[in-house]
Amino acid sequence: MTEQGDILTNLFIFVLASFLGLELIRHVSRLLHTPLMSLTNAISAIAIVGSILLAGGHHDDLTVALGAVAVAASSANIVGGYLITERILRMFRGRPGR
Amino acid sequence: MTPDRLTEAVYLVSAVLFILALKFMSEVRTARWGNWAGALGMLLAVAGTLMRPEVTDYRWVALAVVVGSLVGAPMALLMPMTAVPQRTALSHAFGALAAGLVGTAEFYLRGPELNPFFMGVLCLEVLLGYLTFTGSLLAFAKLQELIPTRPIVYPGRNYISLSVLGLGVLTALVLVVNRGPAELFPVLVGAALLFGILLILPIGGADMPTVIAILNSYAGLSSAFMGFLLDNKLLIVAGALDGSSGLILSILMCRAMNRSFTNVLFGAFGRVVVEKAEEGRTVQAYTPEDAAAVLSTARSVIIVTGYGMAASQAQHAVKELADLLMARGVDVKFAIHPVAGRMPGHMNVLLAEAGVPYDLLYEMDEINPLFPETDVALVVGANDITNPAARTKPDSPIYGMPILEVDKARTVIFIKRSLAPGFAGIDNELFYLPQTMMVFGDAKKVLTQIIAALKG
Repeated sequence: MTEQGDILTNLFIFVLASFLGLELIRHVSRLLHTPLMSLTNAISAIAIVGSILLAGGHHDDLTVALGAVAVAASSANIVGGYLITERILRMFRGRPGR
Repeated sequence: MTPDRLTEAVYLVSAVLFILALKFMSEVRTARWGNWAGALGMLLAVAGTLMRPEVTDYRWVALAVVVGSLVGAPMALLMPMTAVPQRTALSHAFGALAAGLVGTAEFYLRGPELNPFFMGVLCLEVLLGYLTFTGSLLAFAKLQELIPTRPIVYPGRNYISLSVLGLGVLTALVLVVNRGPAELFPVLVGAALLFGILLILPIGGADMPTVIAILNSYAGLSSAFMGFLLDNKLLIVAGALDGSSGLILSILMCRAMNRSFTNVLFGAFGRVVVEKAEEGRTVQAYTPEDAAAVLSTARSVIIVTGYGMAASQAQHAVKELADLLMARGVDVKFAIHPVAGRMPGHMNVLLAEAGVPYDLLYEMDEINPLFPETDVALVVGANDITNPAARTKPDSPIYGMPILEVDKARTVIFIKRSLAPGFAGIDNELFYLPQTMMVFGDAKKVLTQIIAALKG
């Protein structure tokens, strides 16, 4: 595929995913906005993919160093994000017997 | 299947899991499934990336993951629930830093080969990444009260902020058109870092829910831009999901304050008091025992909480009082304003932490019609979100903001540290109404005294 074709495919995906995101989030209960934010935060740590390619690839020292810092920052978000979301969600309880 | 194809397939599963994660998040019942789906998706994404042939050296990756986990895990497990907004701000900073650093490395790796589209995307990623990094750090410092939470303003601040942003955009344009020179790149980074600080300095604590949501959106978008740059569809999907989530939350927050994005970002809302208190008005101060006497005869009570409850860690005392009242047969409900606290959903989390069942929590639209038939509205640490001036005084800065209509209840018990105005810097009309009982003191102490008086 030409480079131009790739750009269009990617834009296509971006636009569709954004609309999907808007629809999904609109239906999230207000009750859960804080855990929602910590979850999307953890998901946005997907930047770890790009970071690993830099830190684990065959590159010069500077690139590897920048990549390693980015991996550390992303994994802090991944581990912290999912753990705190779990911690918050465990606290939400309904009235007993209802 | 070639390793590349396999990775692509794993990425596809991972993207589906992220979408399911958000879908499950729509209801409390399935929300924990959502979190697990998200975590599994991330695990697959990392595994799929490690399988790629261009990843040859695992040492630095492993070390960085260990270091990151050692930072992230204690923060998530040990931080008190009142500090969740701070943690969120800090994690936006981490996420944005990662995006900025990857963009920087990519620029020096293959900057000259990039066509204008990719150079533009790279510049956007770097700009958003670094401005979100410093902006979120500053938001963290404000939420942690390392620096004053009031807006920090100086003359001409909007011109200065916009010129710095303009410098960044101009530099980006030159880089896109000329594909260099590489010497200009640090200017772009510097402008982005500085703009992030300038953007958040004039924003007050009460606007933090909106700001945190906007920063959330930016952090997601910078990941999506990284996806364009690396031709990675998983990054694009995850980034777009995150970006739209932040966007929706910030729109909801703005709507709940009847303000625009521009007004939140550049309005310096909550500067030091502008309005002079009208002469000759007095408030009626009562003791916790008086409040207990009124509560003991009430048949229905609506509790309204705000940031002050978080500040004095009073959520457990609130829950104890609610339990006591319910045991006496009182109908107790909690009213949650969308922007109460320092981040979207902050009050829900604190009350859940204290053990208040979530079906006692009511959103603004559901609870407002119930105030006229309620005996007591008990306000704990909230202020502007109850101010009737939003309905009645067109010249008030908060005019038009949807409020919890506590003034319609038969009696209002308002627990407040002092008579100081709220974050909007304006007087609350509510204090001077005949049915309002002001009880001054630390929220937790006052509540404990009310509980003791009710029991005694």
